[in-house]
Amino acid sequence: MHELGITRNVVAIVIEQAHGQKVLRVTLEVGRLSGFMAEAIAFCFDVCCRGTALEGATLQIIDVPGRGLCAACGAAPVMTQPLGRCPVCQAPSLRIAAGTELKIKEMEVESCV
Amino acid sequence: MCVTCGCGEGETTVTLLGDVREAAAHHDHGHDHDHDHDHDHQHGHAHAHGHDHEHTHADGTTHAHAAHEPTPAHTQTPTPTHTHPPAHPHDLQVPGRDSHTIALEAALLDKNQALAERNRGWLAGRGVLAINLMSSPGAGKTTLLERCIHDLQGQTTISVVEGDQATAHDAQRIRAAGAAAVQVNTGTGCHLDADMLARALQLLQPAGGSLLVIENVGNLVCPALFDLGEQARVVIFSVTEGEDKPLKYPHMFSRADVLLLSKTDLLPHLRVDLALMQRNALAVNPRLKIFPVSAYTGDGLDAWYGWLRAALAAQAGPPTPPLAHAATPAPRSAGRPAGPAL
Repeated sequence: MHELGITRNVVAIVIEQAHGQKVLRVTLEVGRLSGFMAEAIAFCFDVCCRGTALEGATLQIIDVPGRGLCAACGAAPVMTQPLGRCPVCQAPSLRIAAGTELKIKEMEVESCV
Repeated sequence: MCVTCGCGEGETTVTLLGDVREAAAHHDHGHDHDHDHDHDHQHGHAHAHGHDHEHTHADGTTHAHAAHEPTPAHTQTPTPTHTHPPAHPHDLQVPGRDSHTIALEAALLDKNQALAERNRGWLAGRGVLAINLMSSPGAGKTTLLERCIHDLQGQTTISVVEGDQATAHDAQRIRAAGAAAVQVNTGTGCHLDADMLARALQLLQPAGGSLLVIENVGNLVCPALFDLGEQARVVIFSVTEGEDKPLKYPHMFSRADVLLLSKTDLLPHLRVDLALMQRNALAVNPRLKIFPVSAYTGDGLDAWYGWLRAALAAQAGPPTPPLAHAATPAPRSAGRPAGPAL
Protein backbone atom coordinates (compact mmCIF):
# COMPACT_ATOMS: atom_id res chain seq x y z
CA MET A 1 0.00 0.00 0.00
CA HIS A 2 2.97 2.32 -0.07
CA GLU A 3 1.89 3.35 -3.57
CA LEU A 4 -0.92 5.41 -2.02
CA GLY A 5 1.56 7.44 0.02
CA ILE A 6 3.83 7.88 -2.97
CA THR A 7 0.95 9.01 -5.15
CA ARG A 8 -0.11 11.56 -2.53
CA ASN A 9 3.47 12.72 -2.53
CA VAL A 10 3.38 13.13 -6.32
CA VAL A 11 0.21 15.20 -6.07
CA ALA A 12 1.64 17.37 -3.29
CA ILE A 13 4.87 18.10 -5.19
CA VAL A 14 2.99 18.88 -8.39
CA ILE A 15 0.55 21.22 -6.62
CA GLU A 16 3.49 23.03 -5.07
CA GLN A 17 5.22 23.47 -8.40
CA ALA A 18 2.07 24.38 -10.33
CA HIS A 19 1.57 27.58 -8.32
CA GLY A 20 -2.18 27.51 -8.71
CA GLN A 21 -2.23 26.75 -12.40
CA LYS A 22 -4.32 23.88 -13.63
CA VAL A 23 -2.30 20.74 -14.23
CA LEU A 24 -3.07 18.88 -17.44
CA ARG A 25 -0.52 16.08 -17.38
CA VAL A 26 1.95 14.50 -15.00
CA THR A 27 4.69 12.23 -16.27
CA LEU A 28 6.35 9.78 -13.91
CA GLU A 29 9.26 7.46 -14.39
CA VAL A 30 8.78 4.16 -12.57
CA GLY A 31 11.48 1.52 -12.77
CA ARG A 32 10.58 -2.16 -12.79
CA LEU A 33 12.97 -2.72 -9.87
CA SER A 34 11.85 0.28 -7.83
CA GLY A 35 9.58 -1.81 -5.64
CA PHE A 36 6.62 0.34 -6.65
CA MET A 37 3.88 -0.84 -8.97
CA ALA A 38 3.00 1.52 -11.80
CA GLU A 39 -0.51 0.04 -11.94
CA ALA A 40 -1.09 0.74 -8.26
CA ILE A 41 0.11 4.34 -8.61
CA ALA A 42 -2.22 4.81 -11.58
CA PHE A 43 -5.06 3.33 -9.52
CA CYS A 44 -4.47 5.81 -6.70
CA PHE A 45 -3.84 8.83 -8.93
CA ASP A 46 -7.42 9.83 -9.77
CA VAL A 47 -8.50 9.53 -6.16
CA CYS A 48 -5.58 11.61 -4.92
CA CYS A 49 -6.18 14.31 -7.56
CA ARG A 50 -9.83 14.84 -6.70
CA GLY A 51 -10.58 18.38 -5.60
CA THR A 52 -7.07 19.64 -6.39
CA ALA A 53 -5.45 21.56 -9.26
CA LEU A 54 -4.73 18.13 -10.73
CA GLU A 55 -8.33 17.04 -11.06
CA GLY A 56 -8.80 15.54 -14.51
CA ALA A 57 -5.06 15.50 -15.24
CA THR A 58 -3.62 12.72 -17.34
CA LEU A 59 -1.07 10.44 -15.74
CA GLN A 60 1.66 9.23 -18.02
CA ILE A 61 4.01 6.59 -16.66
CA ILE A 62 7.30 5.89 -18.35
CA ASP A 63 8.16 2.29 -17.68
CA VAL A 64 11.89 1.79 -17.11
CA PRO A 65 13.01 -1.82 -17.59
CA GLY A 66 15.46 -3.34 -15.15
CA ARG A 67 18.99 -3.78 -16.39
CA GLY A 68 22.01 -5.15 -14.62
CA LEU A 69 25.71 -4.86 -15.12
CA CYS A 70 28.01 -7.76 -14.30
CA ALA A 71 31.34 -6.70 -12.84
CA ALA A 72 32.84 -10.06 -13.81
CA CYS A 73 31.90 -10.51 -17.47
CA GLY A 74 30.52 -7.13 -18.45
CA ALA A 75 27.14 -8.50 -19.46
CA ALA A 76 24.17 -6.13 -19.19
CA PRO A 77 21.23 -8.49 -18.84
CA VAL A 78 17.61 -7.48 -18.53
CA MET A 79 16.53 -7.92 -14.90
CA THR A 80 12.95 -8.60 -13.90
CA GLN A 81 13.84 -9.21 -10.26
CA PRO A 82 16.62 -7.72 -8.14
CA LEU A 83 18.76 -10.85 -8.15
CA GLY A 84 22.49 -10.72 -7.62
CA ARG A 85 23.85 -13.54 -9.77
CA CYS A 86 24.79 -12.90 -13.40
CA PRO A 87 22.64 -15.08 -15.67
CA VAL A 88 25.45 -15.13 -18.26
CA CYS A 89 28.56 -16.09 -16.27
CA GLN A 90 26.88 -17.05 -12.96
CA ALA A 91 29.25 -14.81 -10.99
CA PRO A 92 27.74 -13.17 -7.90
CA SER A 93 28.68 -9.80 -9.34
CA LEU A 94 25.52 -8.44 -10.84
CA ARG A 95 24.59 -4.89 -9.89
CA ILE A 96 21.45 -3.02 -10.84
CA ALA A 97 22.26 -0.44 -13.50
CA ALA A 98 18.74 0.73 -14.32
CA GLY A 99 15.20 0.15 -13.18
CA THR A 100 15.16 1.63 -9.67
CA GLU A 101 13.86 5.00 -10.88
CA LEU A 102 10.91 6.55 -9.09
CA LYS A 103 10.47 10.17 -10.02
CA ILE A 104 8.27 12.88 -11.43
CA LYS A 105 9.76 13.56 -14.81
CA GLU A 106 7.69 16.55 -15.83
CA MET A 107 4.27 18.15 -15.68
CA GLU A 108 2.19 20.13 -18.12
CA VAL A 109 0.26 23.08 -16.77
CA GLU A 110 -2.20 25.45 -18.35
CA SER A 111 -0.43 28.68 -19.15
CA CYS A 112 -1.78 31.93 -17.83
CA VAL A 113 -3.90 33.67 -20.44
CA MET B 1 -0.08 13.44 5.04
CA CYS B 2 3.18 11.61 5.26
CA VAL B 3 5.81 12.22 2.63
CA THR B 4 6.59 8.61 2.03
CA CYS B 5 4.04 6.35 3.58
CA GLY B 6 0.31 6.16 3.34
CA CYS B 7 -0.34 7.18 6.91
CA GLY B 8 -2.50 10.08 7.83
CA GLU B 9 -1.58 13.16 9.73
CA GLY B 10 -1.02 12.75 13.42
CA GLU B 11 -1.23 9.02 13.16
CA THR B 12 2.23 8.00 14.28
CA THR B 13 3.22 8.20 17.91
CA VAL B 14 6.72 7.89 19.28
CA THR B 15 6.92 6.91 22.94
CA LEU B 16 9.89 6.47 25.21
CA LEU B 17 9.07 3.62 27.54
CA GLY B 18 9.28 4.40 31.22
CA ASP B 19 9.09 8.10 30.55
CA VAL B 20 6.23 10.53 30.36
CA ARG B 21 7.66 12.32 27.38
CA GLU B 22 5.58 11.43 24.43
CA ALA B 23 6.00 13.03 21.10
CA ALA B 24 2.76 14.79 20.37
CA ALA B 25 2.02 13.88 16.84
CA HIS B 26 3.54 12.60 13.70
CA HIS B 27 6.19 14.44 11.75
CA ASP B 28 4.68 17.94 11.81
CA HIS B 29 3.19 17.08 8.50
CA GLY B 30 1.62 20.46 8.04
CA HIS B 31 4.93 21.93 7.04
CA ASP B 32 5.94 19.37 4.52
CA HIS B 33 4.74 21.12 1.46
CA ASP B 34 4.60 24.71 2.48
CA HIS B 35 5.92 27.35 0.14
CA ASP B 36 8.63 28.45 2.45
CA HIS B 37 11.10 29.14 -0.32
CA ASP B 38 11.40 31.55 -3.16
CA HIS B 39 10.54 30.23 -6.52
CA ASP B 40 13.24 30.89 -9.06
CA HIS B 41 11.37 31.87 -12.19
CA GLN B 42 13.23 31.53 -15.39
CA HIS B 43 10.78 33.25 -17.65
CA GLY B 44 11.84 34.00 -21.15
CA HIS B 45 10.03 37.31 -20.98
CA ALA B 46 11.49 40.22 -22.87
CA HIS B 47 11.11 42.58 -19.93
CA ALA B 48 13.06 42.48 -16.73
CA HIS B 49 11.24 41.88 -13.49
CA GLY B 50 13.15 44.41 -11.51
CA HIS B 51 10.10 45.99 -9.95
CA ASP B 52 6.53 45.23 -9.06
CA HIS B 53 4.21 45.82 -11.94
CA GLU B 54 0.83 44.91 -13.21
CA HIS B 55 -0.33 44.47 -16.73
CA THR B 56 -3.53 43.76 -18.56
CA HIS B 57 -4.03 41.22 -21.25
CA ALA B 58 -6.13 41.74 -24.33
CA ASP B 59 -8.90 39.71 -22.77
CA GLY B 60 -9.07 42.07 -19.87
CA THR B 61 -7.44 39.82 -17.30
CA THR B 62 -4.89 41.50 -15.17
CA HIS B 63 -2.07 40.00 -13.29
CA ALA B 64 0.76 41.31 -11.25
CA HIS B 65 4.41 40.49 -11.37
CA ALA B 66 6.37 41.02 -8.21
CA ALA B 67 9.95 42.06 -8.38
CA HIS B 68 12.09 39.02 -7.83
CA GLU B 69 15.75 38.41 -7.59
CA PRO B 70 17.30 35.07 -8.43
CA THR B 71 17.39 33.10 -5.21
CA PRO B 72 19.74 30.33 -4.26
CA ALA B 73 18.35 26.97 -5.14
CA HIS B 74 16.62 25.50 -2.15
CA THR B 75 17.39 21.99 -1.22
CA GLN B 76 14.06 20.47 -0.37
CA THR B 77 12.55 20.18 -3.77
CA PRO B 78 14.19 20.49 -7.14
CA THR B 79 14.03 23.86 -8.75
CA PRO B 80 11.77 23.48 -11.71
CA THR B 81 12.88 24.74 -15.04
CA HIS B 82 10.02 26.60 -16.60
CA THR B 83 9.92 26.04 -20.29
CA HIS B 84 7.47 28.74 -21.27
CA PRO B 85 6.78 28.82 -24.97
CA PRO B 86 9.33 31.11 -26.56
CA ALA B 87 8.27 34.70 -27.03
CA HIS B 88 5.07 34.12 -25.08
CA PRO B 89 3.24 37.26 -26.12
CA HIS B 90 1.75 38.92 -23.09
CA ASP B 91 -0.28 41.33 -25.18
CA LEU B 92 -2.06 38.71 -27.23
CA GLN B 93 -4.97 36.63 -26.22
CA VAL B 94 -3.99 33.03 -26.72
CA PRO B 95 -6.76 31.14 -28.43
CA GLY B 96 -7.84 27.88 -26.85
CA ARG B 97 -5.98 26.19 -24.05
CA ASP B 98 -2.35 27.11 -23.86
CA SER B 99 -0.09 24.91 -21.83
CA HIS B 100 3.53 24.47 -21.05
CA THR B 101 5.65 21.70 -19.69
CA ILE B 102 7.70 21.96 -16.54
CA ALA B 103 10.60 19.56 -16.10
CA LEU B 104 10.73 18.41 -12.50
CA GLU B 105 13.03 15.38 -12.27
CA ALA B 106 11.89 15.03 -8.68
CA ALA B 107 12.90 11.71 -7.17
CA LEU B 108 10.06 10.70 -4.91
CA LEU B 109 12.16 9.14 -2.20
CA ASP B 110 14.64 12.01 -2.11
CA LYS B 111 13.30 13.53 1.06
CA ASN B 112 13.40 10.26 2.97
CA GLN B 113 16.87 9.65 1.59
CA ALA B 114 18.11 13.05 2.73
CA LEU B 115 16.72 12.47 6.23
CA ALA B 116 18.26 9.00 6.28
CA GLU B 117 21.67 10.43 5.42
CA ARG B 118 21.25 12.94 8.20
CA ASN B 119 20.46 10.17 10.68
CA ARG B 120 23.44 8.21 9.39
CA GLY B 121 25.75 11.14 9.99
CA TRP B 122 24.31 11.76 13.44
CA LEU B 123 24.84 8.11 14.38
CA ALA B 124 28.31 7.92 12.87
CA GLY B 125 29.35 11.06 14.73
CA ARG B 126 28.58 9.25 17.98
CA GLY B 127 30.01 5.92 16.93
CA VAL B 128 26.57 4.33 17.30
CA LEU B 129 26.04 1.20 15.22
CA ALA B 130 22.46 1.19 13.94
CA ILE B 131 21.00 -1.93 12.46
CA ASN B 132 17.65 -2.08 10.72
CA LEU B 133 16.08 -5.37 11.75
CA MET B 134 13.38 -6.54 9.36
CA SER B 135 11.27 -9.64 8.95
CA SER B 136 7.74 -10.83 8.45
CA PRO B 137 5.58 -10.69 11.58
CA GLY B 138 6.38 -13.49 13.97
CA ALA B 139 9.83 -14.41 12.65
CA GLY B 140 11.28 -13.79 16.10
CA LYS B 141 12.74 -10.29 16.00
CA THR B 142 11.80 -9.35 19.55
CA THR B 143 12.65 -12.74 21.03
CA LEU B 144 16.08 -12.65 19.45
CA LEU B 145 16.59 -9.11 20.71
CA GLU B 146 15.67 -10.10 24.25
CA ARG B 147 18.26 -12.86 24.07
CA CYS B 148 20.90 -10.49 22.65
CA ILE B 149 20.28 -7.94 25.41
CA HIS B 150 20.65 -10.68 28.01
CA ASP B 151 23.76 -12.23 26.45
CA LEU B 152 25.60 -8.97 25.75
CA GLN B 153 24.83 -7.40 29.11
CA GLY B 154 27.93 -5.71 30.47
CA GLN B 155 29.65 -5.83 27.06
CA THR B 156 27.55 -3.65 24.82
CA THR B 157 24.96 -1.01 25.55
CA ILE B 158 21.90 -1.72 23.47
CA SER B 159 18.93 0.51 22.83
CA VAL B 160 15.97 -0.31 20.66
CA VAL B 161 13.47 1.49 18.47
CA GLU B 162 10.38 -0.68 18.18
CA GLY B 163 8.16 -0.21 15.16
CA ASP B 164 4.65 -1.63 15.19
CA GLN B 165 1.31 -0.44 13.91
CA ALA B 166 -0.13 -0.53 17.41
CA THR B 167 0.61 -1.32 21.06
CA ALA B 168 3.77 -0.84 23.10
CA HIS B 169 4.05 -4.56 23.85
CA ASP B 170 7.42 -5.01 22.18
CA ALA B 171 9.00 -1.94 23.77
CA GLN B 172 7.77 -3.18 27.14
CA ARG B 173 9.42 -6.55 26.49
CA ILE B 174 12.68 -4.82 25.57
CA ARG B 175 12.52 -2.66 28.68
CA ALA B 176 11.90 -5.74 30.80
CA ALA B 177 14.93 -7.37 29.18
CA GLY B 178 17.03 -4.44 30.37
CA ALA B 179 17.47 -2.07 27.44
CA ALA B 180 16.14 1.41 26.70
CA ALA B 181 13.33 1.37 24.18
CA VAL B 182 11.21 3.76 22.19
CA GLN B 183 7.99 2.52 20.66
CA VAL B 184 6.96 3.95 17.32
CA ASN B 185 3.35 3.18 16.45
CA THR B 186 2.76 3.81 12.79
CA GLY B 187 -1.03 3.55 12.85
CA THR B 188 -1.82 2.22 9.41
CA GLY B 189 1.75 2.75 8.19
CA CYS B 190 3.44 -0.40 6.96
CA HIS B 191 7.07 0.57 7.60
CA LEU B 192 9.30 2.97 9.50
CA ASP B 193 10.75 5.93 7.64
CA ALA B 194 13.78 8.11 8.27
CA ASP B 195 11.75 10.85 9.90
CA MET B 196 10.25 8.44 12.43
CA LEU B 197 13.74 7.26 13.33
CA ALA B 198 14.94 10.84 13.73
CA ARG B 199 12.10 11.47 16.16
CA ALA B 200 12.79 8.26 18.03
CA LEU B 201 16.48 9.20 18.34
CA GLN B 202 15.52 12.48 19.94
CA LEU B 203 13.88 10.59 22.76
CA LEU B 204 16.25 7.66 22.94
CA GLN B 205 19.59 9.50 22.74
CA PRO B 206 21.66 6.33 22.32
CA ALA B 207 25.03 6.40 24.09
CA GLY B 208 28.23 6.86 22.10
CA GLY B 209 29.68 3.56 20.89
CA SER B 210 26.48 1.68 21.61
CA LEU B 211 24.33 -0.60 19.50
CA LEU B 212 21.01 0.73 18.27
CA VAL B 213 18.58 -1.84 16.94
CA ILE B 214 15.68 -0.57 14.90
CA GLU B 215 13.01 -3.24 14.88
CA ASN B 216 11.01 -2.38 11.80
CA VAL B 217 7.32 -3.10 11.32
CA GLY B 218 6.87 -6.81 10.60
CA ASN B 219 6.56 -6.84 6.84
CA LEU B 220 8.73 -8.37 4.11
CA VAL B 221 7.76 -5.78 1.51
CA CYS B 222 7.70 -2.07 2.33
CA PRO B 223 10.49 -1.70 4.92
CA ALA B 224 12.98 -2.79 2.25
CA LEU B 225 12.30 0.38 0.26
CA PHE B 226 12.94 2.99 2.94
CA ASP B 227 16.44 3.82 4.10
CA LEU B 228 16.43 4.91 7.74
CA GLY B 229 20.09 5.85 8.05
CA GLU B 230 21.21 2.50 9.39
CA GLN B 231 24.69 1.06 8.91
CA ALA B 232 23.46 -2.45 8.24
CA ARG B 233 20.27 -4.18 7.25
CA VAL B 234 19.56 -7.44 8.97
CA VAL B 235 16.73 -9.70 7.88
CA ILE B 236 15.39 -12.39 10.19
CA PHE B 237 13.85 -15.28 8.37
CA SER B 238 12.55 -18.17 10.41
CA VAL B 239 12.99 -21.72 9.21
CA THR B 240 9.23 -22.22 9.37
CA GLU B 241 8.63 -19.69 6.60
CA GLY B 242 9.53 -21.93 3.65
CA GLU B 243 12.57 -22.22 1.43
CA ASP B 244 11.30 -20.04 -1.40
CA LYS B 245 10.57 -16.84 0.52
CA PRO B 246 13.79 -15.11 -0.61
CA LEU B 247 12.71 -15.64 -4.20
CA LYS B 248 9.18 -14.45 -3.47
CA TYR B 249 10.31 -11.29 -1.66
CA PRO B 250 13.55 -10.45 -3.45
CA HIS B 251 13.58 -6.73 -2.64
CA MET B 252 13.93 -7.42 1.05
CA PHE B 253 16.74 -9.94 0.62
CA SER B 254 18.56 -8.11 -2.15
CA ARG B 255 19.19 -5.05 0.02
CA ALA B 256 20.15 -6.89 3.21
CA ASP B 257 23.63 -7.30 4.63
CA VAL B 258 22.91 -10.10 7.08
CA LEU B 259 20.39 -12.90 7.15
CA LEU B 260 19.59 -14.54 10.46
CA LEU B 261 17.88 -17.89 9.93
CA SER B 262 15.95 -18.09 13.15
CA LYS B 263 14.16 -20.82 15.12
CA THR B 264 16.68 -23.50 14.08
CA ASP B 265 15.68 -25.40 17.23
CA LEU B 266 12.49 -26.31 15.36
CA LEU B 267 14.34 -28.01 12.49
CA PRO B 268 13.88 -31.57 13.83
CA HIS B 269 10.12 -31.04 13.61
CA LEU B 270 10.04 -29.56 10.13
CA ARG B 271 10.40 -30.85 6.61
CA VAL B 272 12.46 -27.91 5.49
CA ASP B 273 15.67 -27.94 3.48
CA LEU B 274 17.96 -25.46 5.24
CA ALA B 275 20.60 -25.70 2.50
CA LEU B 276 18.04 -24.87 -0.19
CA MET B 277 16.81 -21.95 1.92
CA GLN B 278 20.34 -20.56 2.05
CA ARG B 279 20.94 -21.17 -1.66
CA ASN B 280 17.77 -19.25 -2.50
CA ALA B 281 18.82 -16.35 -0.29
CA LEU B 282 22.25 -16.27 -1.91
CA ALA B 283 20.72 -16.44 -5.38
CA VAL B 284 18.98 -13.16 -4.61
CA ASN B 285 21.94 -11.64 -2.81
CA PRO B 286 25.30 -13.38 -3.07
CA ARG B 287 26.82 -10.88 -0.62
CA LEU B 288 24.55 -11.94 2.27
CA LYS B 289 26.18 -13.07 5.48
CA ILE B 290 24.00 -15.89 6.80
CA PHE B 291 23.84 -17.00 10.42
CA PRO B 292 21.49 -19.84 11.43
CA VAL B 293 20.49 -19.09 15.02
CA SER B 294 18.15 -20.16 17.77
CA ALA B 295 17.19 -17.62 20.39
CA TYR B 296 15.72 -20.50 22.38
CA THR B 297 18.81 -22.74 22.63
CA GLY B 298 21.42 -20.11 21.84
CA ASP B 299 22.83 -22.13 18.94
CA GLY B 300 24.68 -20.04 16.40
CA LEU B 301 24.45 -16.83 18.37
CA ASP B 302 28.19 -16.56 19.00
CA ALA B 303 28.87 -16.15 15.28
CA TRP B 304 26.20 -13.44 15.09
CA TYR B 305 27.65 -11.67 18.12
CA GLY B 306 31.09 -11.86 16.49
CA TRP B 307 29.70 -10.05 13.46
CA LEU B 308 28.08 -7.45 15.70
CA ARG B 309 31.31 -6.83 17.64
CA ALA B 310 33.29 -6.37 14.44
CA ALA B 311 30.67 -3.97 13.10
CA LEU B 312 30.63 -2.04 16.38
CA ALA B 313 34.41 -1.71 16.32
CA ALA B 314 34.31 -0.53 12.72
CA GLN B 315 31.62 2.03 13.51
CA ALA B 316 33.45 3.31 16.57
CA GLY B 317 36.50 3.83 14.34
CA PRO B 318 39.76 5.36 15.49
CA PRO B 319 39.42 7.60 18.54
CA THR B 320 38.69 11.18 17.58
CA PRO B 321 39.06 14.30 19.72
CA PRO B 322 35.80 15.33 21.36
CA LEU B 323 33.85 18.03 19.65
CA ALA B 324 33.79 21.47 21.21
CA HIS B 325 30.02 21.25 21.28
CA ALA B 326 27.85 18.22 21.48
CA ALA B 327 25.59 20.01 19.10
CA THR B 328 26.33 20.52 15.47
CA PRO B 329 24.44 23.08 13.44
CA ALA B 330 21.47 21.64 11.68
CA PRO B 331 21.78 21.80 7.92
CA ARG B 332 19.59 24.40 6.33
CA SER B 333 16.24 22.86 5.70
CA ALA B 334 13.62 24.40 3.53
CA GLY B 335 10.95 22.65 5.51
CA ARG B 336 10.45 21.92 9.13
CA PRO B 337 13.46 21.02 11.18
CA ALA B 338 13.78 17.30 11.39
CA GLY B 339 16.26 14.79 12.62
CA PRO B 340 17.55 14.11 16.04
CA ALA B 341 17.92 16.88 18.59
CA LEU B 342 21.53 17.82 18.12
